[in-house]
Amino acid sequence: MKTLVFAEGTPTGPSASSLELLAKARELGDPSVFFAGEGSDAIWAALGAHGATTVHHLETADSLPAASAAASMAALIEAEAPELVLFGPNPTDRDTAGRLSARLGVPVISNAVDIDASKTPITVTNEILGGTKLVDTEFTAGSPHLVVVRPKSFIATEVGGEAPTVTAAPATEDGPAMSARVIERHEEASAGPKLTEADVIVSGGRGMGAPENFEIIERLAGRLGAAVGATRAVVDAGWVPYSMQVGQTGKTVKPNVYIACGISGAMQHLVGMKDSSVIIAVNKDEEAPIFGVADLGVVGDVHNVLPKLLEALGE
Amino acid sequence: MKIAVCVKQIPDPATPYSLDPETHLVQRPEDQVLDDTDRYGIEVALQLAEASEGSVVLVSMGPAGTLQGIRQALAMGADEAVVVSDPALRGSDALVTARVLAAAIRRLDADVVIAGTESTDGYSGVVPQQVAELLDLPALTFARKVEATGDGIRIERQTTTGYDVVEAPLPVLISVTAGAVEPRYPTFKGIMQAKSKTVEQPTVADLGMTPDEVGLDGSGQRVIEVRPAPARSAGTKVVDDGEAHLAIVEALEKAKVI
Ligand SMILES: Cc1cc2nc3c(=O)[nH]c(=O)nc-3n(C[C@H](O)[C@H](O)[C@H](O)COP(=O)(O)OP(=O)(O)OC[C@H]3O[C@@H](n4cnc5c(N)ncnc54)[C@H](O)[C@@H]3O)c2cc1C
Ligand SMILES: Nc1ncnc2c1ncn2[C@@H]1O[C@H](COP(=O)(O)O)[C@@H](O)[C@H]1O
Repeated sequence: MKTLVFAEGTPTGPSASSLELLAKARELGDPSVFFAGEGSDAIWAALGAHGATTVHHLETADSLPAASAAASMAALIEAEAPELVLFGPNPTDRDTAGRLSARLGVPVISNAVDIDASKTPITVTNEILGGTKLVDTEFTAGSPHLVVVRPKSFIATEVGGEAPTVTAAPATEDGPAMSARVIERHEEASAGPKLTEADVIVSGGRGMGAPENFEIIERLAGRLGAAVGATRAVVDAGWVPYSMQVGQTGKTVKPNVYIACGISGAMQHLVGMKDSSVIIAVNKDEEAPIFGVADLGVVGDVHNVLPKLLEALGE
Repeated sequence: MKIAVCVKQIPDPATPYSLDPETHLVQRPEDQVLDDTDRYGIEVALQLAEASEGSVVLVSMGPAGTLQGIRQALAMGADEAVVVSDPALRGSDALVTARVLAAAIRRLDADVVIAGTESTDGYSGVVPQQVAELLDLPALTFARKVEATGDGIRIERQTTTGYDVVEAPLPVLISVTAGAVEPRYPTFKGIMQAKSKTVEQPTVADLGMTPDEVGLDGSGQRVIEVRPAPARSAGTKVVDDGEAHLAIVEALEKAKVI
């Protein structure tokens, strides 16, 4: 099956999602990649190592890529007729998927955690209600089938492929939709291991009470060599940057240990962390939904439990 | 500045929702509430309108019911609403929803279209981009800060590693995150005024579309099964008596973290 995977660059290489999607696409045949933005030999090599044989590259300069990427992909799809087009969860992936769907008049299924291409029609699985139920949806329209996949649904694997053939993606005509420009880019670097790669994560929610109380989360994380995570409630409140958000609209994490402090365990948070091997939760409300997934639940006040924990660990 | 805001009435998230066993579609009660996520877009719209002596029109697709959710949005200060409500729409997927919203918005001649980044009940997260493409508009997506620049809009766009400053000329679509602004609470006066504001309720035909273009028939996807996910086995719970941190130390030791 011909599969096209959407990718863009990050400071450390191709988007993590593109490498995960390549793992799935490889299983189905020779995957090619549509890459939007500035590329490099290192990026091409990484895509090749993960199984991409062809990369269609669209330079986007300072324009916000989605509109021109969708137009270029539409032309490419007409020429190459892939059956499946896969996107990751990143903002530009989602923008491009939506636009491409509207442009081609074909549906897109979002939040996929699995794709069964052996079935006709292709069937996509989603999680609902905080991951307690699975929904299977089939495409009833013809190809291409567009799917936006949740992070970590497939495991990125190097297969040691050669550098792929890189060709220029179809050029696009300028239109009003393409007039959004990126003026500045800002990285909000965080110390310690990357949230999506960390073995241990200490996360804080609104129950921490105030932004300054996040310091103890950071100290605990420092002691355990852990990354710091957060709920959307505290990201929206401006306590910590969005890059720390775990959940449906943030990062999906599967660490060895996830420590949730002052987090209620809303469905949208659970879908981002419930697959952690061990979940430890501290919450003063014994009815908090987080206890429904916790291997160890401590019913207690974070302001009492965490300082003692830090002391016992001998910071 | 004329601003259209896409808002959704949803079943109250505080009450468990039920699925139609046959179609697997969410069963929608008569009295749905405003999707909390939409309050941010409404607030952004009201601020842009207040600064430009403009107006705010709500655009919604779905069963009108008692219009409770729409009145909540009007009570915040929006001027009027268009609710596309038609039994034929039941089962519409994201693309059909976007086509219907785009058809309704096209009639408004808006300078700015605002949406949430994703709805609480559907969370496909692609409707705004589909609407932008159908209307040939630039889209400033995932905005965590919005400001008018005179002939355009500038936003801070959330990215996976930080944020970008992005700009586009009018007309433009903006999708806003829940961190963008602090939504206002309706005043008593606002609640009273909302009762008499105009809520137009066009049908699919009024928008120049046919029933087979919408709903389940018009959608290129169909839910075939809803099944339970493998459950996590229940863990242990300890009530802190001053020593519960030791249970955590033990769990960390067992997981070989320390
Ligand atoms: C479309 C959509 C997408 C979303 N995406 C995400 C997402 O990606 N990630 C995410 O996290 N959320 C997301 N949310 C928001 C989610 O629904 C919840 O609102 C959010 O997760 C709640 O965060 P919280 O647990 O920090 O706050 P709350 O729900 O307010 O919980 C705070 C908890 O702290 C406890 N507590 C208070 N004081 C103490 C104390 N002293 N000691 C111990 N415990 C204490 C309370 O008992 C409570 O359980 C999304 C929502 C929507 C609608
Ligand atoms: N039925 C609808 N009526 C009005 N606006 C909608 C509807 N569905 C989606 N939207 C808009 O699109 C955004 C994203 O929704 P979704 O794609 O369902 O996650 C929402 O926050 C709304 O602004």
